[in-house]
Amino acid sequence: MAITRPAPPGSAHADERSGPGAPAGGPGPERDGWHLTSPVALTLLLLVVVVAQGPLRGALSAPVMQSWMTVFVAVVVQALPFLVLGVLLSAAIAVFVPPSFFARALPSRPALAVPVAGVAGAVLPGCECASVPVAGALVRRGVTPAAAIAFLLSAPAINPIVLTATAVAFPRDPEMVLARFAASLLVACAMGWLWQRLGRADWLRPPARASHEGGGKGEAFWGSVRHDVMHAGGFLVVGAMAAATLKAVAPASWLRTAAGNPFVAVLALAVLAVLLSICSEADAFVAASLTQFSPTAKLVFLVVGPMIDLKLFAMQTGTFGRRFALRFAPATFVLAVLGAVLTGAVLL
Amino acid sequence: MNRQAQSVVMFLVGAALLHAGLSGLYLRYVKAALQPLLLASGAVLVVTALMTLWYERRRRHAPEEEHGHAHREPRVSWLLVLPLFALILVAPPALGSYSAVRTGTALQKPYAYEALPKSDPLPLSVVDYAGRAVYGHGRSIAGRRLRITGFVALDRGGAPYLVRMALNCCAADAQPVKIALTGHVPPVLEPDTWLEVTGAYTARQTRDPVNNGPIPYLDVTGARPVPTPHDPYDETWNQ
Repeated sequence: MAITRPAPPGSAHADERSGPGAPAGGPGPERDGWHLTSPVALTLLLLVVVVAQGPLRGALSAPVMQSWMTVFVAVVVQALPFLVLGVLLSAAIAVFVPPSFFARALPSRPALAVPVAGVAGAVLPGCECASVPVAGALVRRGVTPAAAIAFLLSAPAINPIVLTATAVAFPRDPEMVLARFAASLLVACAMGWLWQRLGRADWLRPPARASHEGGGKGEAFWGSVRHDVMHAGGFLVVGAMAAATLKAVAPASWLRTAAGNPFVAVLALAVLAVLLSICSEADAFVAASLTQFSPTAKLVFLVVGPMIDLKLFAMQTGTFGRRFALRFAPATFVLAVLGAVLTGAVLL
Repeated sequence: MNRQAQSVVMFLVGAALLHAGLSGLYLRYVKAALQPLLLASGAVLVVTALMTLWYERRRRHAPEEEHGHAHREPRVSWLLVLPLFALILVAPPALGSYSAVRTGTALQKPYAYEALPKSDPLPLSVVDYAGRAVYGHGRSIAGRRLRITGFVALDRGGAPYLVRMALNCCAADAQPVKIALTGHVPPVLEPDTWLEVTGAYTARQTRDPVNNGPIPYLDVTGARPVPTPHDPYDETWNQ
């Protein structure tokens, strides 16, 4: 399957190295040797781990390690179904939906396409893991990146499942649901427009593959599913490790001190949302349990979390390239905090 | 990682998800309602692995066009073996006393108090007891013999708690709800032991040192160790 020309050495290579400690990652990728070695390397790795499982289990039996592994496995197991759903959708878009469809469905002026795509995010049921591959497929299908970005940011926060969960978690303040919807849509559109004004196409990684890879549509479909699962899945593991480390190591008591000052409280919950990387379907319950914080701070938590967190950053790096992710993440963070505080001041 | 190796990893991850979903192992990590999605995604991964192998084999038989060698597959994919090993070889237990002691009690005011059955002793969940004791002032449970199941956690001073982790989606958002034990508490308590405690409501309360949340006491009359329940988490907040 000839997938693409080799990517420009700088960006692609740097991205693919970003899995630190990738087991058996091996030195220099000799193209011919690589094909022969990876199944062998995998077999050896499986054998070694199975043979050494006794000592490995012993080393992992400390309570910190156990708790770390439980959260790590939990984040991966919880996210994989949604990742697979997103990957199937993205493969279907990439293979079966002609680019002309999007040209007709979206307004031709990007400034108008952004809010339309933002509202369209409401139809993707699931959490943020599904939206990254779908947004990637949209860009490859010729949708203007500004609109794809609005979709990427709004989909995990404003779909009915997430809004219902928010309503259940905040039974006494229904305005929280409205505020979450309004703030998320606002920030998603603002980011889309910002990209349209300032974004540069060369920040985005060139399309990872041609739309058809030789063989038939079936082959292209399964090839796309395989590539996205392996790729986004690897980055999901990076994010899950970061989230598990935070959950297992960081003390919860500092939150109490942070809640006292309104300014610090907003920043603390924004940073917490990034670090915890909780699925957007569950974050409302966590926000509701942070009882010592102001409603605006909780809203910031709910708006920032689905837009940017460690897991998402890793996955965006994988899909759109590091140059994009490094610029996109801080801008999203700042705009999300500002948007949520503004909305909170008006609605809460 | 080339395509054969990728399909092996995908097959194993898919099989591990199917195994976890069918055996109930998944309940240690995620909410029960995720089971159909887990099984479906496991099946999709297995099918993708088989389709990849099939297309790869057909390609082998086809006359060799220049393919594949120009493209390097992402090496980050190797990381997918980590959750695989963790799930298959280690299968870490559900969150226990380590997390419970480090996190503040997450007790929320219940929306309503359901009518309780007349049985004696009255089986009650940790979350239900704590909610009725703290916010309902024990009205519906005062004077009755109660039976509550949870695991043991000891705080820094060695004071015993009966805990259940309440879960909304996955273990990353699990939060403990705690009951402090008083009365005839067994003299030696091992953290993470699951206990079925019999006891009675008492109005005494304390505060969680982590988040200052309310923790009710339970006046224990008896306790016996029980095996870990099928679903170790409390999922009542999901409904």
